[in-house]
Amino acid sequence: MTTAEMLELDRLREEVAQWRARFDAATKRNALFANSGHVVEPLYTALDIAGDAAAAEVPGEFPFTRGIHPTGYRGKLWTMRQFAGFGTAPETNARYKYLLSQGQTGLSVAFDFPTLMGYDSDHPRSEGEVGKCGVAISSLADMETLFEGIPLDKVSVSMTINGPAVILFAFYVAAAEKQGAVAAELRGTIQNDILKEYMAQHAWVYPIEPALRLIVDNFAWSAEHVPLWNTISISGYHIREAGATAAQELAFTLADGFTYVERGIARGLDVDDFAPRLSFFWDIHNDFFEEIAKLRAARRIWARHMRERFGAKDTRSLIMRFHSQTAGVTLTAQQPMNNIVRVAYQAMAAVLGGTQSLHTNSMDETLALPTEQAVEVALRTQQVLAYETGVPNVADPLGGSYYVEALTDKLESEAEALFTKIEEVGGVVRGLETGWLQRQISESSSRQQWEVEQRRRTIVGVNDFVTDEGELTIPLLKVGAEAEREQRSRMAAMRASRDDALVKLRLAALRDAAKTDANLMPLILDCARAYCTLYEIRAAMEEVFGAYREPVFF
Amino acid sequence: MPQSFDALIADFEAGKMAALARAISIVENHRTGYDELMTRLHPRIGRAQRLGMTGPPGAGKSTITNLIVQSLRRDNLRVGVVAVDPSSPFTGGALLGDRVRMEAVALDPGVYIRSMATRGSLGGLSARTAEVADVLDAFGFDRIIIETVGVGQTELDIARTADTTVVVLVPESGDSIQTLKAGVMEIADIFVVNKGDRPGADRLRNDIELMLGLRRGATSANIPAHHGIPLKTFNPIRIARDAARSENPEEWLPAVLGTIASKGEGIDLLLAAVDRHFRYLQTSGGLKGRRRNRLKNQVTEVVAERLRARLWEDPDTITWLDTQLDLMEAGTATPFSVADELLSRSGPLLTGVKP
Amino acid sequence: MRPIRVLVAKPGLDGHDRGAKVVAAALRDAGMEVIYTGLHQTPEMIATAAIQEDVDVVGLSILSGAHMTLIPRVLDLLRDDGREDILVTGGGIIPREDMDALEARGTGRLFGPGTPTSELVEYIHNWFEAREAQTA
Repeated sequence: MTTAEMLELDRLREEVAQWRARFDAATKRNALFANSGHVVEPLYTALDIAGDAAAAEVPGEFPFTRGIHPTGYRGKLWTMRQFAGFGTAPETNARYKYLLSQGQTGLSVAFDFPTLMGYDSDHPRSEGEVGKCGVAISSLADMETLFEGIPLDKVSVSMTINGPAVILFAFYVAAAEKQGAVAAELRGTIQNDILKEYMAQHAWVYPIEPALRLIVDNFAWSAEHVPLWNTISISGYHIREAGATAAQELAFTLADGFTYVERGIARGLDVDDFAPRLSFFWDIHNDFFEEIAKLRAARRIWARHMRERFGAKDTRSLIMRFHSQTAGVTLTAQQPMNNIVRVAYQAMAAVLGGTQSLHTNSMDETLALPTEQAVEVALRTQQVLAYETGVPNVADPLGGSYYVEALTDKLESEAEALFTKIEEVGGVVRGLETGWLQRQISESSSRQQWEVEQRRRTIVGVNDFVTDEGELTIPLLKVGAEAEREQRSRMAAMRASRDDALVKLRLAALRDAAKTDANLMPLILDCARAYCTLYEIRAAMEEVFGAYREPVFF
Repeated sequence: MPQSFDALIADFEAGKMAALARAISIVENHRTGYDELMTRLHPRIGRAQRLGMTGPPGAGKSTITNLIVQSLRRDNLRVGVVAVDPSSPFTGGALLGDRVRMEAVALDPGVYIRSMATRGSLGGLSARTAEVADVLDAFGFDRIIIETVGVGQTELDIARTADTTVVVLVPESGDSIQTLKAGVMEIADIFVVNKGDRPGADRLRNDIELMLGLRRGATSANIPAHHGIPLKTFNPIRIARDAARSENPEEWLPAVLGTIASKGEGIDLLLAAVDRHFRYLQTSGGLKGRRRNRLKNQVTEVVAERLRARLWEDPDTITWLDTQLDLMEAGTATPFSVADELLSRSGPLLTGVKP
Repeated sequence: MRPIRVLVAKPGLDGHDRGAKVVAAALRDAGMEVIYTGLHQTPEMIATAAIQEDVDVVGLSILSGAHMTLIPRVLDLLRDDGREDILVTGGGIIPREDMDALEARGTGRLFGPGTPTSELVEYIHNWFEAREAQTA
């Protein structure tokens, strides 16, 4: 720093001291001036970022704080990717065609609970749940129907599936094959982030080690056969929704990511062979600036660790590409129109944070899956943002903001401190086994709940500005029992028409291979092509791997 | 919905789970008619083997209990489990989280699980737990497992109501012999060091065996004290292991076992040790002794309970006591003279016979 | 008065337990004895637990849309074992008209998202006191 600069800072220090005196003397509102983790200062100045190297950064250059592409959004806008799925495959197929016609640029599949947990629609445990929270997919036949008339070599598809992810991925690849698409051209993502399931979302099937094995099998197999496919979407969304703070979301998600990288390397894979296809998924919560800073810090931390710790050389291994979703947990059932506003602000934060892909929630989602009208507004929210606000015109427009840079630094150092703590408890997997990670989240969640119930945090329409609404007056989507009935007959038809001998053969081969350390992807794909059902394939591996038993932590 | 006792007992004897649950609630809360209920069940009590599981939180007791239950079920034995968890001293509420760890047996008709809270009772908890165990015994369970957390005095008392007490420890909770509460070493019939794959597990087992061996060695008449100990031949750990393995000991030396409950390892050996202990109790007369003790304790409890109800809830007694306060203040009476007079006045009250 | 015993259960395949755990903790803080069943419970498992533990209240948390199948099943199982006196309450993502239908079917009051836990606590306390007064 030059003498002139030092003098400049001294002068500023004096100014700030004067401002502080006036601030302290003035009357202030009684409110909680805090983001998810901390009370924030009322003012940030150059003093807060003095000496900060970030000032010299540009987008597209290591460590990518300001963005992963030199072009920002001028090269390509973010993908408008609305998560959708309900009922049976034909119904969801219709919704996808509608969304594509309305300008959605990528598809995102929501599966129902039975599918998420690896149960067929006609399994006893599925009763009452088929098609309620997403689309029911029990075999290749359903997957073919889901994308009927939608060319899979032209559209990128993201599938939110974890426990049985590799099975659904096999259905997808086989469905694309049937369409005549080339696997090497398939673009999309499977979420397949099992660590956060044990931590937060709880949609697991197998115990931790076999689950990690399947994920690395997929890293290796996809690198060779589906090289444009994102093999994993390392997620903070669910961790945040479970009650974590922004710093915890940041640290736990990245720690999960590093664990997957370690496992890939342990398998003997070259980091630059699979890391380029790792992607991320962040929650976009209420505190506008905290979320922007979080995303910037995330890019910076990932790049540094990948290069310095794992020796990645390919730029594509260093850049954090991510999808975002506006925070479901911030939506309210009371005065649901307010949700449109919340989602708009959150969407703007996501874009200012440089997201590659975005889902905006619909206003009615605290009560049901979205109606066509509600989802249209959600999509328009992104389109207005993209085309009318001017926000995408400049890359990282908040770069250089005293507040945002200071907050980025702060979240980065908090994440690093949490990485150290995670190491101390033995790493992510140990942290899950002992419940340490779950307890961190649970404590944050309780604290936030308390803040809301004590009315220290205002939720408009819920604990303040309440109206005596009586009944809710927006129309809601209803998914009835017809989906289940229809699925049962679809499945009966499929079972009747398939080659049973082949099914048995393929499942036996898979089961046997699961006992070895062979890569299971090709065998799962063979089962998919033979129209083995989701549960049949899952059960074959479960015989060898066992099932996960939840250790309950409060 | 209140049921007549006859209907309840009829359902109970018919093996209806809902009736068992209701009976336990009556007993647990000492509701009106509980003594009549216990009286009617009395002839059916005494068949079951009772196993106590205790140890600090996080040791894996529930996991081990779950595995034990599954093993017993494979032998076609019916099992009742009482899982005791602490009540909050501030709110009086409790989160009873043991049942959730036994999901594998949740729908097995041969298994019954009941969660109880300590309810902050100063003593009395072990009595209540013993009574609940009696009800399960009367219902016909072959094995009753009483699981409690912690190694506080209350938990130790509860464990005493069992025939065999297992104390589960883990290396990483900082357990070392020195930090264990006094009394734990004495009540354990079997020690289990769980999470045997963690560092420190072997050392903890050795420490326990050493302590047990020293105790046994120190009481053995053949070993000279202090400087005269022939170190080459005096091997406390060997003494401990030999004694624990002996089929016909005069005295039971606690077995020290290792388990890895998360992998299901060591449970068979644990159950074998429990069986061995039970046989020892039978042949040594210890079983009879423990059961007689339980009965004696129960009488003490009931007497204390009746005393409280008859004496201290009697309005005339309270009134009379108030009149004595002035005398005590003036010095013409002392608490002792007042107490003696109270007792001699209260004959009819205590016997429950109206004058 | 003895503590109120409550079974907090997650029926079905939905794995989101934050709400159930917040409720369980709140009930504990209000002096109740809470037995938490864990995730992925079938109606049979819930009814068995409720009866064995002789609870006063069963609280069901469902966010998966399967409430019209699972909640009536729990009611039926409790009734079959003679325990229709147990209060079945709960909440989650249940539209108003379904809540009405379920309440008509035999549940107690059901609660939507955003309900303060204090409201649930008060409801259970009032119900319990009224019942104790009746049977006294």
